[in-house]
Amino acid sequence: MVWHPDVGALGDLAEAITTAFPDDVVRAEVVRDELNVDVQAASIRRILSWLRDEPSALFQELMDLCGVDYPDRPQARFDVVYHLLSVKHNQRVRVRLATDEDTPVPSVTGVFPTAGWFEREAWDMYGVLFAEHDDLRRLLTDYGFEGHPLRKDFPLTGYVEVRYDEEQKRVVYEPVQLQQDWRTFDFLSPWEGAQGVLPGDEKADDAAASKSG
Amino acid sequence: MGVTQTSAPATPTQASANLFEDVNAGLEDKGFFVTKLNDLVGWARSSSMWPMTFGLACCAIEMMHAAASRYDMDRFGVVFRPSPRQSDVMIVAGTLCNKMAPALRKVYDQMAEPRYVISMGSCANGGGYYHYSYSVVRGCDRVIPVDLYVPGCPPTAEALVYGVLQLQKKIRTSGTIDR
Repeated sequence: MVWHPDVGALGDLAEAITTAFPDDVVRAEVVRDELNVDVQAASIRRILSWLRDEPSALFQELMDLCGVDYPDRPQARFDVVYHLLSVKHNQRVRVRLATDEDTPVPSVTGVFPTAGWFEREAWDMYGVLFAEHDDLRRLLTDYGFEGHPLRKDFPLTGYVEVRYDEEQKRVVYEPVQLQQDWRTFDFLSPWEGAQGVLPGDEKADDAAASKSG
Repeated sequence: MGVTQTSAPATPTQASANLFEDVNAGLEDKGFFVTKLNDLVGWARSSSMWPMTFGLACCAIEMMHAAASRYDMDRFGVVFRPSPRQSDVMIVAGTLCNKMAPALRKVYDQMAEPRYVISMGSCANGGGYYHYSYSVVRGCDRVIPVDLYVPGCPPTAEALVYGVLQLQKKIRTSGTIDR
Protein backbone atom coordinates (compact mmCIF):
# COMPACT_ATOMS: atom_id res chain seq x y z
CA MET A 1 0.00 0.00 0.00
CA VAL A 2 1.28 3.43 -0.91
CA TRP A 3 1.45 5.94 1.88
CA HIS A 4 0.00 9.36 1.15
CA PRO A 5 0.71 12.39 3.30
CA ASP A 6 -2.17 14.10 5.05
CA VAL A 7 -2.33 17.07 2.69
CA GLY A 8 -5.12 18.74 4.65
CA ALA A 9 -3.04 18.76 7.83
CA LEU A 10 -0.07 20.14 5.87
CA GLY A 11 -2.26 22.97 4.60
CA ASP A 12 -3.36 23.73 8.17
CA LEU A 13 0.26 23.77 9.23
CA ALA A 14 1.15 26.16 6.40
CA GLU A 15 -1.60 28.47 7.64
CA ALA A 16 -0.48 28.16 11.25
CA ILE A 17 3.16 28.99 10.51
CA THR A 18 2.16 31.96 8.36
CA THR A 19 -0.04 33.26 11.20
CA ALA A 20 2.68 32.73 13.78
CA PHE A 21 5.39 34.46 11.71
CA PRO A 22 3.64 36.89 9.37
CA ASP A 23 6.82 38.90 8.70
CA ASP A 24 9.32 36.06 8.53
CA VAL A 25 7.60 33.50 6.33
CA VAL A 26 7.87 34.56 2.71
CA ARG A 27 5.70 31.78 1.37
CA ALA A 28 4.22 28.55 2.69
CA GLU A 29 2.52 26.32 0.19
CA VAL A 30 1.81 22.66 -0.46
CA VAL A 31 3.34 21.56 -3.74
CA ARG A 32 2.91 17.96 -4.92
CA ASP A 33 1.70 16.93 -1.48
CA GLU A 34 4.79 18.41 0.17
CA LEU A 35 4.93 21.50 2.33
CA ASN A 36 7.52 24.11 1.33
CA VAL A 37 8.16 27.02 3.65
CA ASP A 38 10.33 29.86 2.33
CA VAL A 39 11.62 32.02 5.17
CA GLN A 40 13.86 35.01 5.85
CA ALA A 41 17.38 33.86 6.71
CA ALA A 42 17.58 35.93 9.91
CA SER A 43 14.59 34.19 11.52
CA ILE A 44 15.50 30.57 10.76
CA ARG A 45 16.28 29.73 14.39
CA ARG A 46 12.95 30.98 15.69
CA ILE A 47 11.04 29.21 12.96
CA LEU A 48 12.82 25.87 13.44
CA SER A 49 12.35 26.16 17.22
CA TRP A 50 8.66 26.80 16.70
CA LEU A 51 8.36 23.83 14.33
CA ARG A 52 10.16 21.65 16.88
CA ASP A 53 8.16 22.68 19.95
CA GLU A 54 4.68 23.58 18.67
CA PRO A 55 2.34 20.74 19.76
CA SER A 56 0.62 20.62 16.37
CA ALA A 57 3.96 20.31 14.56
CA LEU A 58 6.61 18.56 16.74
CA PHE A 59 9.17 18.32 13.94
CA GLN A 60 11.79 16.99 16.31
CA GLU A 61 14.21 15.57 13.78
CA LEU A 62 16.36 17.42 11.30
CA MET A 63 16.76 14.85 8.55
CA ASP A 64 18.97 16.89 6.28
CA LEU A 65 20.44 20.30 5.73
CA CYS A 66 21.89 21.04 2.35
CA GLY A 67 22.74 23.78 -0.09
CA VAL A 68 21.63 24.49 -3.64
CA ASP A 69 23.46 26.68 -6.11
CA TYR A 70 21.55 28.84 -8.59
CA PRO A 71 24.35 30.71 -10.40
CA ASP A 72 21.92 32.61 -12.63
CA ARG A 73 20.12 34.36 -9.80
CA PRO A 74 21.19 38.01 -9.66
CA GLN A 75 21.45 38.04 -5.87
CA ALA A 76 21.43 35.40 -3.13
CA ARG A 77 22.63 32.59 -5.40
CA PHE A 78 22.46 29.89 -2.73
CA ASP A 79 19.52 28.18 -1.11
CA VAL A 80 19.88 26.42 2.22
CA VAL A 81 17.28 23.68 2.63
CA TYR A 82 16.20 22.10 5.93
CA HIS A 83 14.23 18.85 5.87
CA LEU A 84 12.33 18.13 9.07
CA LEU A 85 10.45 15.03 10.19
CA SER A 86 7.72 14.81 12.77
CA VAL A 87 7.55 11.28 14.10
CA LYS A 88 4.56 12.21 16.25
CA HIS A 89 2.41 13.36 13.34
CA ASN A 90 4.12 11.35 10.58
CA GLN A 91 4.78 14.45 8.51
CA ARG A 92 7.64 16.14 6.76
CA VAL A 93 8.33 19.76 5.96
CA ARG A 94 10.91 21.53 3.85
CA VAL A 95 12.17 24.92 4.99
CA ARG A 96 14.19 27.03 2.56
CA LEU A 97 16.08 30.27 2.75
CA ALA A 98 18.23 32.17 0.29
CA THR A 99 21.68 33.60 0.92
CA ASP A 100 24.84 34.59 -0.92
CA GLU A 101 28.48 33.76 -0.34
CA ASP A 102 29.10 36.75 1.96
CA THR A 103 26.03 36.79 4.18
CA PRO A 104 26.21 34.31 7.05
CA VAL A 105 23.16 32.23 7.87
CA PRO A 106 22.44 31.83 11.59
CA SER A 107 23.60 28.39 12.67
CA VAL A 108 20.83 26.12 13.95
CA THR A 109 23.14 23.93 16.04
CA GLY A 110 21.42 25.33 19.13
CA VAL A 111 18.07 24.03 17.89
CA PHE A 112 19.21 20.74 16.36
CA PRO A 113 22.69 19.61 17.49
CA THR A 114 22.91 17.32 14.48
CA ALA A 115 23.10 20.38 12.23
CA GLY A 116 26.78 20.76 13.16
CA TRP A 117 28.18 18.43 10.54
CA PHE A 118 25.44 19.27 8.04
CA GLU A 119 26.45 22.92 8.18
CA ARG A 120 30.11 22.00 7.90
CA GLU A 121 29.27 20.01 4.79
CA ALA A 122 27.25 22.88 3.29
CA TRP A 123 30.16 25.22 4.00
CA ASP A 124 32.60 22.76 2.44
CA MET A 125 30.59 22.07 -0.69
CA TYR A 126 29.00 25.47 -1.36
CA GLY A 127 30.86 28.04 0.72
CA VAL A 128 27.76 29.08 2.62
CA LEU A 129 28.79 30.73 5.90
CA PHE A 130 27.05 29.89 9.15
CA ALA A 131 27.20 32.41 11.99
CA GLU A 132 27.87 31.22 15.54
CA HIS A 133 28.83 27.72 14.48
CA ASP A 134 31.34 26.32 16.98
CA ASP A 135 33.62 24.58 14.54
CA LEU A 136 33.03 25.57 10.93
CA ARG A 137 35.81 23.53 9.31
CA ARG A 138 35.69 21.64 6.05
CA LEU A 139 34.18 18.21 6.46
CA LEU A 140 34.72 16.10 3.34
CA THR A 141 37.39 17.57 1.08
CA ASP A 142 41.15 17.25 1.37
CA TYR A 143 43.21 19.13 3.95
CA GLY A 144 44.13 22.48 2.47
CA PHE A 145 41.55 22.13 -0.28
CA GLU A 146 40.62 25.34 -2.05
CA GLY A 147 37.26 26.07 -3.60
CA HIS A 148 33.80 24.68 -3.07
CA PRO A 149 33.23 21.69 -5.37
CA LEU A 150 29.46 21.64 -5.65
CA ARG A 151 29.27 25.20 -6.94
CA LYS A 152 28.27 25.17 -10.56
CA ASP A 153 31.33 27.16 -11.59
CA PHE A 154 33.76 24.64 -10.03
CA PRO A 155 35.44 22.57 -12.76
CA LEU A 156 34.71 18.85 -12.55
CA THR A 157 38.36 17.81 -12.49
CA GLY A 158 39.31 20.50 -9.97
CA TYR A 159 42.63 22.33 -9.95
CA VAL A 160 45.16 19.93 -8.38
CA GLU A 161 46.02 16.25 -8.47
CA VAL A 162 48.36 14.18 -6.28
CA ARG A 163 51.41 12.10 -7.06
CA TYR A 164 54.16 10.52 -4.96
CA ASP A 165 57.43 12.27 -5.52
CA GLU A 166 60.36 9.86 -5.31
CA GLU A 167 62.86 12.63 -4.57
CA GLN A 168 60.93 14.50 -1.92
CA LYS A 169 59.63 11.20 -0.52
CA ARG A 170 56.14 12.52 -0.04
CA VAL A 171 52.84 12.97 -1.84
CA VAL A 172 52.88 16.24 -3.79
CA TYR A 173 50.12 18.33 -5.32
CA GLU A 174 50.39 19.45 -8.92
CA PRO A 175 48.10 21.25 -11.40
CA VAL A 176 45.76 18.85 -13.15
CA GLN A 177 47.09 17.35 -16.36
CA LEU A 178 44.64 14.89 -17.81
CA GLN A 179 46.27 12.10 -19.81
CA GLN A 180 43.11 11.53 -21.76
CA ASP A 181 40.58 14.00 -23.14
CA TRP A 182 37.14 14.27 -21.68
CA ARG A 183 34.95 11.80 -23.50
CA THR A 184 31.61 12.97 -24.79
CA PHE A 185 29.29 10.11 -25.45
CA ASP A 186 26.33 10.31 -27.82
CA PHE A 187 23.51 9.07 -25.66
CA LEU A 188 20.77 9.67 -28.22
CA SER A 189 19.01 6.47 -29.09
CA PRO A 190 18.06 5.81 -32.73
CA TRP A 191 14.41 6.14 -31.70
CA GLU A 192 14.54 9.40 -29.78
CA GLY A 193 17.57 11.14 -31.22
CA ALA A 194 17.05 10.75 -34.96
CA GLN A 195 16.09 13.92 -36.76
CA GLY A 196 13.90 13.86 -39.88
CA VAL A 197 11.85 10.99 -41.20
CA LEU A 198 12.95 7.46 -40.45
CA PRO A 199 13.16 5.13 -43.47
CA GLY A 200 9.72 3.68 -44.10
CA ASP A 201 7.83 6.29 -42.10
CA GLU A 202 6.91 8.24 -45.23
CA LYS A 203 4.68 5.34 -46.26
CA ALA A 204 2.59 5.81 -43.10
CA ASP A 205 2.01 9.47 -44.02
CA ASP A 206 1.13 8.50 -47.58
CA ALA A 207 -1.29 5.86 -46.36
CA ALA A 208 -2.95 8.32 -43.97
CA ALA A 209 -3.21 10.92 -46.75
CA SER A 210 -4.75 8.49 -49.24
CA LYS A 211 -7.21 7.23 -46.63
CA SER A 212 -8.45 10.69 -45.66
CA GLY A 213 -8.27 12.01 -49.25
CA MET B 1 62.61 -43.52 6.43
CA GLY B 2 61.23 -40.34 4.89
CA VAL B 3 57.87 -38.71 4.78
CA THR B 4 55.17 -40.80 3.13
CA GLN B 5 52.36 -38.89 1.60
CA THR B 6 49.04 -40.66 1.15
CA SER B 7 47.23 -37.98 -0.85
CA ALA B 8 48.50 -35.60 -3.51
CA PRO B 9 49.22 -32.12 -2.16
CA ALA B 10 47.06 -29.19 -3.25
CA THR B 11 48.92 -27.62 -6.15
CA PRO B 12 47.69 -24.22 -7.26
CA THR B 13 50.24 -23.68 -10.01
CA GLN B 14 52.55 -25.81 -12.11
CA ALA B 15 55.71 -24.28 -10.67
CA SER B 16 54.80 -25.28 -7.16
CA ALA B 17 53.60 -28.70 -8.35
CA ASN B 18 57.07 -29.48 -9.65
CA LEU B 19 58.64 -28.32 -6.41
CA PHE B 20 56.35 -30.46 -4.30
CA GLU B 21 56.94 -33.53 -6.46
CA ASP B 22 60.69 -33.07 -6.46
CA VAL B 23 60.76 -32.65 -2.71
CA ASN B 24 58.51 -35.65 -2.17
CA ALA B 25 60.52 -37.89 -4.48
CA GLY B 26 63.76 -36.83 -2.89
CA LEU B 27 62.50 -37.49 0.60
CA GLU B 28 61.09 -40.92 -0.24
CA ASP B 29 64.17 -42.02 -2.10
CA LYS B 30 67.06 -40.60 -0.10
CA GLY B 31 65.64 -39.08 3.05
CA PHE B 32 66.72 -35.59 2.05
CA PHE B 33 66.12 -33.30 -0.84
CA VAL B 34 68.10 -30.82 -2.86
CA THR B 35 66.63 -27.63 -4.20
CA LYS B 36 67.63 -24.12 -5.10
CA LEU B 37 67.45 -21.55 -2.33
CA ASN B 38 65.60 -19.28 -4.74
CA ASP B 39 62.84 -21.84 -5.17
CA LEU B 40 62.60 -22.51 -1.47
CA VAL B 41 62.44 -18.83 -0.58
CA GLY B 42 59.90 -18.18 -3.33
CA TRP B 43 57.81 -21.08 -2.12
CA ALA B 44 57.93 -19.84 1.46
CA ARG B 45 57.10 -16.27 0.51
CA SER B 46 54.28 -17.11 -1.84
CA SER B 47 52.71 -19.59 0.55
CA SER B 48 52.14 -17.09 3.33
CA MET B 49 51.23 -13.78 1.80
CA TRP B 50 49.61 -11.80 4.56
CA PRO B 51 47.73 -8.89 3.05
CA MET B 52 47.33 -5.51 4.65
CA THR B 53 43.60 -4.89 4.91
CA PHE B 54 43.13 -1.74 2.87
CA GLY B 55 39.46 -1.72 1.89
CA LEU B 56 38.47 1.71 0.61
CA ALA B 57 35.14 1.18 -1.12
CA CYS B 58 32.81 -1.45 -2.58
CA CYS B 59 35.75 -3.59 -3.77
CA ALA B 60 36.37 -4.29 -0.09
CA ILE B 61 33.09 -6.20 0.00
CA GLU B 62 34.36 -8.55 -2.70
CA MET B 63 37.67 -8.80 -0.86
CA MET B 64 35.72 -9.91 2.21
CA HIS B 65 33.89 -12.48 0.09
CA ALA B 66 37.21 -13.83 -1.14
CA ALA B 67 38.41 -14.12 2.45
CA ALA B 68 35.20 -15.68 3.75
CA SER B 69 34.27 -19.33 3.85
CA ARG B 70 33.21 -19.92 0.23
CA TYR B 71 36.49 -18.93 -1.42
CA ASP B 72 38.54 -18.98 1.77
CA MET B 73 41.86 -17.40 0.92
CA ASP B 74 43.28 -18.89 4.13
CA ARG B 75 43.88 -22.01 2.00
CA PHE B 76 46.64 -20.15 0.18
CA GLY B 77 48.16 -18.80 3.35
CA VAL B 78 46.46 -15.44 2.79
CA VAL B 79 45.55 -14.13 6.21
CA PHE B 80 44.38 -10.54 6.53
CA ARG B 81 46.34 -8.47 8.99
CA PRO B 82 45.36 -5.19 10.60
CA SER B 83 48.93 -3.89 10.77
CA PRO B 84 51.36 -2.99 7.98
CA ARG B 85 54.25 -4.29 10.07
CA GLN B 86 52.88 -7.84 9.79
CA SER B 87 51.93 -7.64 6.11
CA ASP B 88 53.64 -8.81 2.95
CA VAL B 89 51.13 -7.62 0.38
CA MET B 90 48.72 -4.73 0.25
CA ILE B 91 45.41 -5.11 -1.57
CA VAL B 92 44.26 -1.63 -2.52
CA ALA B 93 40.53 -2.33 -2.78
CA GLY B 94 38.55 0.70 -3.86
CA THR B 95 38.65 4.37 -4.79
CA LEU B 96 41.77 6.16 -3.62
CA CYS B 97 40.93 9.77 -2.76
CA ASN B 98 43.40 12.64 -2.61
CA LYS B 99 42.83 12.87 1.12
CA MET B 100 43.69 9.18 1.58
CA ALA B 101 46.78 9.17 -0.66
CA PRO B 102 49.34 10.27 1.99
CA ALA B 103 47.91 7.71 4.42
CA LEU B 104 48.17 4.96 1.81
CA ARG B 105 51.77 5.86 1.11
CA LYS B 106 52.56 5.95 4.81
CA VAL B 107 51.09 2.49 5.35
CA TYR B 108 53.01 1.19 2.34
CA ASP B 109 56.24 2.66 3.70
CA GLN B 110 55.62 0.94 7.02
CA MET B 111 55.40 -2.51 5.45
CA ALA B 112 58.48 -4.71 5.73
CA GLU B 113 60.41 -5.76 2.63
CA PRO B 114 59.74 -7.69 0.48
CA ARG B 115 56.36 -6.14 -0.12
CA TYR B 116 53.90 -6.48 -2.93
CA VAL B 117 50.84 -4.49 -4.01
CA ILE B 118 47.67 -5.73 -5.67
CA SER B 119 45.56 -2.97 -7.19
CA MET B 120 41.98 -4.17 -7.13
CA GLY B 121 39.23 -2.73 -9.29
CA SER B 122 38.88 0.04 -11.86
CA CYS B 123 39.19 2.91 -9.38
CA ALA B 124 42.49 1.71 -7.95
CA ASN B 125 43.78 0.78 -11.41
CA GLY B 126 43.20 4.11 -13.09
CA GLY B 127 40.52 6.17 -11.40
CA GLY B 128 37.78 4.22 -13.13
CA TYR B 129 34.37 5.76 -12.82
CA TYR B 130 35.86 8.74 -10.96
CA HIS B 131 38.72 9.34 -13.38
CA TYR B 132 37.71 12.96 -14.00
CA SER B 133 36.80 13.74 -10.40
CA TYR B 134 38.45 16.58 -8.51
CA SER B 135 39.06 14.42 -5.44
CA VAL B 136 40.23 11.04 -6.75
CA VAL B 137 43.74 9.81 -7.54
CA ARG B 138 43.83 8.58 -11.14
CA GLY B 139 45.24 5.18 -10.25
CA CYS B 140 46.98 4.13 -7.07
CA ASP B 141 50.18 3.54 -9.08
CA ARG B 142 50.65 7.30 -8.93
CA VAL B 143 51.34 6.84 -5.22
CA ILE B 144 52.78 3.34 -4.75
CA PRO B 145 54.40 0.80 -7.11
CA VAL B 146 51.88 -1.87 -8.12
CA ASP B 147 52.74 -5.51 -8.89
CA LEU B 148 49.41 -6.75 -10.12
CA TYR B 149 46.22 -5.18 -11.42
CA VAL B 150 42.87 -6.94 -11.01
CA PRO B 151 40.33 -5.47 -13.44
CA GLY B 152 36.64 -5.20 -12.76
CA CYS B 153 34.10 -2.91 -11.18
CA PRO B 154 34.17 -4.48 -8.71
CA PRO B 155 36.15 -7.64 -9.56
CA THR B 156 34.42 -10.78 -8.37
CA ALA B 157 35.86 -12.70 -5.46
CA GLU B 158 37.05 -15.31 -7.98
CA ALA B 159 38.91 -12.60 -9.88
CA LEU B 160 40.69 -11.50 -6.73
CA VAL B 161 41.59 -15.09 -5.85
CA TYR B 162 42.92 -15.50 -9.38
CA GLY B 163 44.92 -12.32 -8.90
CA VAL B 164 46.38 -13.66 -5.67
CA LEU B 165 47.35 -16.88 -7.46
CA GLN B 166 48.96 -14.87 -10.25
CA LEU B 167 50.94 -12.92 -7.66
CA GLN B 168 52.07 -16.21 -6.10
CA LYS B 169 53.24 -17.30 -9.52
CA LYS B 170 55.06 -14.01 -10.00
CA ILE B 171 56.83 -14.37 -6.67
CA ARG B 172 57.82 -17.97 -7.40
CA THR B 173 59.07 -17.41 -10.91
CA SER B 174 60.70 -14.00 -10.61
CA GLY B 175 61.42 -13.86 -6.90
CA THR B 176 64.91 -13.12 -5.71
CA ILE B 177 66.26 -12.94 -2.20
CA ASP B 178 67.06 -9.28 -2.53
CA ARG B 179 64.04 -7.69 -4.12
